[in-house]
Amino acid sequence: MNASSDVGYHAQRHARWHYGEAVFWLAVLACGFVFPNRYLIMTDILRLALFAMSLDLILGYAGIVSLGHAAFFGVGAYAAGLLALHGIVNEPVLALIVAGLAAMVLGFATSFLVIRGVDLTRLMVTLGIALLLEALAERFSNITGGTDGLQGIEMQPILGEIPFDMFGKAGFFYSLAVLFVLFLLARRIVHSPFGLSLRAIKNNPLRAAAIGIPVNRRLIAIYTLAAFYAGIAGALFTQTTAIASLDVFAFDRSADLMLVLVIGGTGYLYGGLIGAVLFRLLQEVFSTITPQYWQFWIGLVLVVIVLVGRQRLHRWMLYVPNLIIKQVAGRKAVVAVPEGDS
Amino acid sequence: MTIALETQNLEKQFGGLRVTRDLSLKIEQGARHALIGPNGAGKTTVINQLTGVLKPNSGRILLEGQDITDLPVHKRVLRGLSRTFQINQLYPDLTPLETIGLAVSERLGHGGDWWRRMGTRSDVNGEIADLLTRFHLLDVMNEETVTLPYGKQRLLEIAVAIAAKPRVLLLDEPAAGVPESERHDILAVVGSLPRDVTVLLIEHDMDLVFSFADRISVLVSGALLTEGPPEQVARDPQVKAVYLGEEAVNV
Repeated sequence: MNASSDVGYHAQRHARWHYGEAVFWLAVLACGFVFPNRYLIMTDILRLALFAMSLDLILGYAGIVSLGHAAFFGVGAYAAGLLALHGIVNEPVLALIVAGLAAMVLGFATSFLVIRGVDLTRLMVTLGIALLLEALAERFSNITGGTDGLQGIEMQPILGEIPFDMFGKAGFFYSLAVLFVLFLLARRIVHSPFGLSLRAIKNNPLRAAAIGIPVNRRLIAIYTLAAFYAGIAGALFTQTTAIASLDVFAFDRSADLMLVLVIGGTGYLYGGLIGAVLFRLLQEVFSTITPQYWQFWIGLVLVVIVLVGRQRLHRWMLYVPNLIIKQVAGRKAVVAVPEGDS
Repeated sequence: MTIALETQNLEKQFGGLRVTRDLSLKIEQGARHALIGPNGAGKTTVINQLTGVLKPNSGRILLEGQDITDLPVHKRVLRGLSRTFQINQLYPDLTPLETIGLAVSERLGHGGDWWRRMGTRSDVNGEIADLLTRFHLLDVMNEETVTLPYGKQRLLEIAVAIAAKPRVLLLDEPAAGVPESERHDILAVVGSLPRDVTVLLIEHDMDLVFSFADRISVLVSGALLTEGPPEQVARDPQVKAVYLGEEAVNV
């Protein structure tokens, strides 16, 4: 192999599919058949995973912190609700895309505020925007239904063929398909020169500009895309639960998202997915044990994660799966562990 | 002789402090020009204005005759003005392969490419391989930059600047902090830059300056003290007084 093709081979190192990834997605799909009476919570996890992946795109790759990501989730949720309620767009998939675009427009408009500041400013600005939208949604109750939320949403069949059933089976597979497609897109993007330039900006914006990267333009682009993803997550929420209420904008929702990424890790796309599963499972377990104080235990887990270090935890947790994969694949194929996140 | 890079009456103030005073420099095409001066003379401030990190209060900057005073940093790079930093400015989490790959991609206009995978363009790959080989980085191309020894990081710093294929290259103390054993690589690389690249060198190391430069400008307190070929500058009593001390310089 000459140096040039060698370079090409190594440049695509992370972009190639690993066995662990296939195992992961097959396992998720299998859940849909193994736990037929758990569709509601599993759908909830998928939505959270998509929402977290959206935050990972800006936080893990571009280094933009946000405490108001629910703004886009909320806009997507209300957009999908209004589209269905008033029969503007009846077909769910099309409505999903339209709702995502609505959030995207908001993301583009607010990106100019967000890219200006440093971390603390960004936290405040993003938080402020989410609070602002929540207040607006409450004020214009003639459109949003105010504190009652949008009621009486009736979802039409997906692609005109598959109706949403009361067990949430269709909703689960629909959400899974959406998550997977958007994951593929995100995976494609983060391994492109554009995606790499985001990591460069996160690492060192001064140097990034000094090699000709238009830093602000790239940040605006990824922020807008992340808003689209969050909007889709919000729209899925409305479509699969047939409600949209003010709490889609709630601060808790944005804050939980940060916790999900702390648990799952950032900058390798699976962090949001794994984090969403663990977060909801922990929530379930703890609220069964102590319905009142489950947040105490979640807090404790977070402290442990920060103290022990995520890298080490992953190594312990993935020890057995990696052992099996090594036996099957016979070489250094291991479940993706986050690389170089801080 | 055509002028590659020029400043006209450049002026920069931080509060009441004038750090660049009425500075007019002309750097000829293909020159090996050195900008020297004692600590605090404002050398790096000049570089930062040339590259667009700082905006001058007044005065103009011309790159190959075109006014670039108001251009943002990344546009100046695409016009052919590239730099290295006195203190390494690299991407700790990225590998040399990725670092150089990005610089090459940006220059060829593929930087915004969001669909195509990194590493699938053979022209980009070829160039990356060339640069990695030239800068002795091929063996460490998959290591994270933060784990590389300092000398390698310094080479990468220069390689990134070269990857932008500059017509004017600003070298801000390229050998700063490099251990004696690794200096040779750096000096060889700097010495072997093609002649059509104009180089402005900011340096403390007088041996390097006098062996490399064919023209020297001396900056003191933000103003130009004198300018000329090395022999002349070395003999200049004013320069000796303010900068070199009374120590004789061997040319």
